Amino acid sequence: MSKQLTDVEDVLEGAVKKHGLSVVPLLQEIQEHFRYLPEEVLRMLSRKTGIPLIDIYHAATFYNSLSLTPRARHQISVCAGTTCHIRGGGKLIEEIFQLLGIRPGEITSDGEFMLETVNCLGCCAFAPAMVVDGKYYGNLNPGEVREILNALRKKAVS
Amino acid sequence: MPINLIGVEPLYKELNHNTTLSLVRFLLQGGVLMNTGIRSKLAKPVDLKNLREMLKDRLDPKKQRLVVCGDTGCSVCGSRELAPAIEEVLQERGLAGSVELKVTGCLGFCEKGPLVLVFPGAVFYQQVQAEDAAEIVEKTVLRGEIVDRLLYTDPADGRKITCAYDIPFYKLQTRTLLETGWYINPLDIDDYIARGGYAALAKVLDGMPPEAVIAEIKEADLRGRGGAGFPTGLKWEFCRAAAGNEKYILCNADEGDPGAFMDRSLLEGNPHAVLEGIIIAAYAVGAKEGIIYIRIEYPTAVLKIEQAVRQARELGLLGKNILGSGFDFEVIISKGAGAFVCGEETALIRAAEGKVGEPRQKPPFPANAGFRGMPTVINNVETFVNVPLIINRGAAAYHETGTESSGGTKIFCLVGKINNSGLVEVPFGTTLRQIIFGIGGGIKNGKRFKAVQTGGPSGGCLPEEMLDLKVDFKDLAQAGSIMGSGGMIVMDEDTCVVDLARYFLQFLKSESCGKCFSCRVGIQRMLEIYDRLTTGSASIEDLDLLEELAVTVKDTSMCGLGQTSANPVLSTLRYFRDEYLAHVRDKRCPAGVCRSLFRYSIDQDSCIGCGSCAEQCHAGAIVEMEEGCYSINPELCTRCGACVEACVSDAITKG
Amino acid sequence: MKIVVQMTLNGLRIDVDEGMTILEAARFYGMNIPTLCYLEGLSPYGACRLCLVEIGMPGQSKLVTSCTYRVEEGLVVRTDSEWVIKRRKMLIELYLATCPSSKVIQDLASKYHVTTVRFTPWHEDCILCGLCVRMCAEQMQGKAIGFAHRGSNRRVTTPFDKESEVCRLCGGCMYVCPACQSRCQGPQEEQPVCNACLNLQQPCLDYFEDKMCFMDPCVACELDANREVKAKRRP
Repeated sequence: MSKQLTDVEDVLEGAVKKHGLSVVPLLQEIQEHFRYLPEEVLRMLSRKTGIPLIDIYHAATFYNSLSLTPRARHQISVCAGTTCHIRGGGKLIEEIFQLLGIRPGEITSDGEFMLETVNCLGCCAFAPAMVVDGKYYGNLNPGEVREILNALRKKAVS
Repeated sequence: MPINLIGVEPLYKELNHNTTLSLVRFLLQGGVLMNTGIRSKLAKPVDLKNLREMLKDRLDPKKQRLVVCGDTGCSVCGSRELAPAIEEVLQERGLAGSVELKVTGCLGFCEKGPLVLVFPGAVFYQQVQAEDAAEIVEKTVLRGEIVDRLLYTDPADGRKITCAYDIPFYKLQTRTLLETGWYINPLDIDDYIARGGYAALAKVLDGMPPEAVIAEIKEADLRGRGGAGFPTGLKWEFCRAAAGNEKYILCNADEGDPGAFMDRSLLEGNPHAVLEGIIIAAYAVGAKEGIIYIRIEYPTAVLKIEQAVRQARELGLLGKNILGSGFDFEVIISKGAGAFVCGEETALIRAAEGKVGEPRQKPPFPANAGFRGMPTVINNVETFVNVPLIINRGAAAYHETGTESSGGTKIFCLVGKINNSGLVEVPFGTTLRQIIFGIGGGIKNGKRFKAVQTGGPSGGCLPEEMLDLKVDFKDLAQAGSIMGSGGMIVMDEDTCVVDLARYFLQFLKSESCGKCFSCRVGIQRMLEIYDRLTTGSASIEDLDLLEELAVTVKDTSMCGLGQTSANPVLSTLRYFRDEYLAHVRDKRCPAGVCRSLFRYSIDQDSCIGCGSCAEQCHAGAIVEMEEGCYSINPELCTRCGACVEACVSDAITKG
Repeated sequence: MKIVVQMTLNGLRIDVDEGMTILEAARFYGMNIPTLCYLEGLSPYGACRLCLVEIGMPGQSKLVTSCTYRVEEGLVVRTDSEWVIKRRKMLIELYLATCPSSKVIQDLASKYHVTTVRFTPWHEDCILCGLCVRMCAEQMQGKAIGFAHRGSNRRVTTPFDKESEVCRLCGGCMYVCPACQSRCQGPQEEQPVCNACLNLQQPCLDYFEDKMCFMDPCVACELDANREVKAKRRP
């Protein structure tokens, strides 16, 4: 435990040295290390820098890419851009709900999958699109989504 | 060709965890990091000229070149595997030294990706996969033959087109900003310099007073490409005149409009042009520091602009005493954490300062009190890319394209239910019809055009009658839409405008910062009305209330986001009132989108009884009544449409 | 030395100290502009939108928040033009629907003759005016509460929604809150709009095209025997 704490200290030390008192870059740095923003670390950050905790909390809840909860193993981001919307992106979300029982912003109870929507992935020519674990998929229909997710689930089981 | 790995590790570290190592490898193709070794600085403008002279052979039109589009869109459909495959083939044949492979930014015609261009001759190959690499090298590069099956076919006459410039999609455009992207490796500053890069900066620093730069930009009638179209020269002049020791340049690269990616394409395809524009702006207003605020959802663009800044610094194009002129300027990159509202300039300033990106009431305007309370010029990526062009060509020549009030060209993201999706560049004053039916090739699957939505979630929907509207800041605003940053989403008869307006409000409901009452509550209340409209429970008074509410939100909101949030509502009410009335009076959705307002049923005459629909139905709403006879239970049906897609005999109808 | 600028407020030429906001100037001259998120001693916030006024000459005028807009030489301000009143009434209706239990909002509704609410009442406790947040930070140096989240999820809270370690329980936040003072028990308490104070009416409000009445309470029209005649001027 004490070793872990010094690790956290080191991370914070490095982050403050690099970004000073700029809240958002500090949080981005912390998230880089922990994959999310643990409450305890944010409290330490506040004590260390004197930035009011509420300001840190506000920033952490304001921005899409900052998360106060641990991320799932597989991150599914479905594009909710306009083109994807008119070309059937909503059906992909529906399909994922049928398959995994999660809506955007939710994590499956086993912590395997998290679904989120993003404003635009910028590949409108291949709408509807989604990103799973950093890999882009375009021109999708619900059937293909099922195949992709089933393949991941199978991998998780075996 | 050995790949110089200096600088790879920091590059990799900069990527967030979503991006994989394969992306780095992909970017490394073609030896893109060759130039990260230490180089001597350019001390005088003439040094830049000499360097360009040394790089002259890069312009050799006879040299064989293979250009692969490396933009996100093409990567999605296979160019990530394609570029390494081509390189392998080139190495096998011992051509690595003589044939140049370039992974560039967006080539524009995203619809047909992945794209490959073969020079000389600009042979255009579409939908190329890794398997095709050997054939292209074998035939086109070695023997000068054309691979027929990869060519573009003109849908109008079925003719195959070889040269990219002959394809209507490209032929009808005026590609001044995008053109360079075809020839340069975005990670290599030498490519940019060879094609005249930083010449504008040298010209400015070599005896052009800041006032003259501003005068030139004013004369060119350059308007901000970020949305509102404020005259850029005027903005710079205000900032230059404002009191304050420190001044800042803030580049807005927080492109958050759904359905728009021109800024990303510019950053990924030609990052040095953006940087050059920023440096010139800094010189003109007297700024010592610049900030590029870029959204984290664009990891490749972040990587490329960081590389560009590093290279420019190495050559002395950034930093102290640029090109021996005594002018100092530094650029830092600030990564956005993801919030649409940060595209608004006062919010952008706060976000760039590392705070919560909430807008504040203007005035004071950023030109007087911006970043750290100091005078700041905020322009978006595309605006900056225009700057070197104006300086190089001169304001008068630049202004030959465009309309009287806005000079130059504008890049649009033409997407939606359109045949040729992609990035298009046209002069101001081009009509919507030319863009959609000329360049865009009309509507997908022979459907009817219904509306075009310009300017992202804050824009308006324009109907067929408005197709001859000339695209210009003023004309679009008069028609009830906005230019926005240049998204252009085309809709066909299967799109319900009521649902579309609802979609935008839904988007803005969570993307509004929530600070001011009229935007936060107004949008939610409009949504409530839309919920009634799309479920058939709205009354005719609701339409009047909606209009009154929308006007209130427009007039009384604090920032641009709120003020324009009513545009989709007001423009659809203005042009598509009939469709609203159908939802209210007849409880019917003419486009068959609003799920509560239609039902699926199986036409027993055309049903062949295969049962594939029942297999696909999650809700268990399709049951076999008797042998080979299926029917849909409307109570259980969720209207997901999976059965329609599964049906082999088109027996499932909407009604 | 104080610099004085000359401006026009509701048709009156007035001298104002430079640096003042329109709201301060108007209140100094006795003209009331309604506000919910403004309080003397706290920094202006511009979020409630009620203090909007029309500036500039008719035809090129625009609406600005008077609590943040600083006076300037030659500025022409109209605090109660038809445009302003129309938008303000809609905002009040929205406030009523959001938070019908607030006395402050009910009083405003009475004053501006907002007699119907066409939206489903939400019965929120908070209108996010931010007075408590600024009170805590600026007057108490507390920073115990603040905003969190964004858009429709925005709310005032403590860090991680847990009891704050820095709160001194001073109660300043509650003292300034415009929403938490309950309305009086009007005759129709079940309704989102009580209008029990309609006797505070400004009868001229509905009669003139560009009513610039700023008397508070208003008596002029009551005394005007020719009211009916004037009313006919309305197109």
